[in-house]
Amino acid sequence: MIALRTTTGPEFSRIRGLGVFRGELAVPNDDIVGPINSSDEWIRKMTGIATRVRAKPETSVIDMAEGASRQALEHAGLEADQIDTVILSTITFPHITPGGAPVLADRLGIAAAAFDISAACAGYCYGIGQADSLVRSGQARNVLVVGAEKMSEYIDPADRSISYLLGDAAGAVVVGASKTPAIGPTIWGSDGAGAHLVRQTASWFEYRDNPGTPFPTLFQEGPSVYKWASFKMAPVALEAIEAAGVTPSDIQAFIPHQANTRIIDQMVKQIGLPEHVAVARDIVDSGNTSAASIPLATERLLRDGDVASGDLALQIGFGAGLVYAAQVVVLP
Amino acid sequence: MALSEQEVLAGLAEIVVEETGIDAGDVQLEKSFTDDLDIDSLSMMTIVTLAEEKFDVRIPDEEVKNLVTVGDAVSYITTAQA
Repeated sequence: MIALRTTTGPEFSRIRGLGVFRGELAVPNDDIVGPINSSDEWIRKMTGIATRVRAKPETSVIDMAEGASRQALEHAGLEADQIDTVILSTITFPHITPGGAPVLADRLGIAAAAFDISAACAGYCYGIGQADSLVRSGQARNVLVVGAEKMSEYIDPADRSISYLLGDAAGAVVVGASKTPAIGPTIWGSDGAGAHLVRQTASWFEYRDNPGTPFPTLFQEGPSVYKWASFKMAPVALEAIEAAGVTPSDIQAFIPHQANTRIIDQMVKQIGLPEHVAVARDIVDSGNTSAASIPLATERLLRDGDVASGDLALQIGFGAGLVYAAQVVVLP
Repeated sequence: MALSEQEVLAGLAEIVVEETGIDAGDVQLEKSFTDDLDIDSLSMMTIVTLAEEKFDVRIPDEEVKNLVTVGDAVSYITTAQA
């Protein structure tokens, strides 16, 4: 019997470079409270958000992804031909086919494997998990992982459930080989019984076939999502810490998906993170940017000097699906 | 063993005080969580979750809207425990 040759890779992987693109427009609460009959005070109290970043009408998901990717490649000191896989996590690319990743790859001069993943606000951490496996299996030398969302295309200004939270942005990293362990095991999973908790208001077929159906936008059962994220995600985070062979005191930064500061605060409490841990709260100025929020928040912590390259961060993404993923990483 | 309504009220009051910082004496059966105790929808979910753990009961999300007063919650928990 003929034995097939298989790939083998380096023992460890790491995040080599990081880049971000924030929507060009800062939209304060006062600009959006009218249609939801609310106030700046209420939005701050319920979500922590003061402003959200939104893209100009002419700026696309791919434009933002390209901007973030170019920064990440430069930070990593890599050229396009050194990237073997492009993973784009997005739920707002406006075509069911082709995917956005090949289009993004082409813009960057990359002809390697490229595909999209749909894991909503957990998408970035899903991508990191996949990239880590691709590198360590020898399937790819370097993987570009991008979370990019133009959420503002799918909002209803009068919706009080989620629209006012959402922003537009992209975050990108390059994952490559490492001499030391720098990406811990990914703890991930799903709970499809909660699929209705964050959803599109109508399917594309319902929109097409039922005259009068408004253009589909995003909707969430806010309190239920809060309960799930705040209390069910803490054990996942603790599992990721344990799987990485560290303890909460070893962590320098906690970078959860930026969904709501109330969720972040409750998670910190439930996980039992020590006071020295820097907690990402980029949501205050950027809003909830779905798959882009964790790299955005990472960049913010590094830029503000709250953490440094080489520090250990616990990151966890969670959202529509319901889906979730967490891992401990060494910051680039 | 199932707790009495008075015991459930005392336990629930501890949770409400911990979450909101209000005075334990204000947590009375006839008080509305929203109108009297100024508890918003997210804090209510925290209280519900902590009550589920404390009293070993399950309070489905869709049931929470029916728990208007402290008394409603105490009754629900007492019945669920029985």
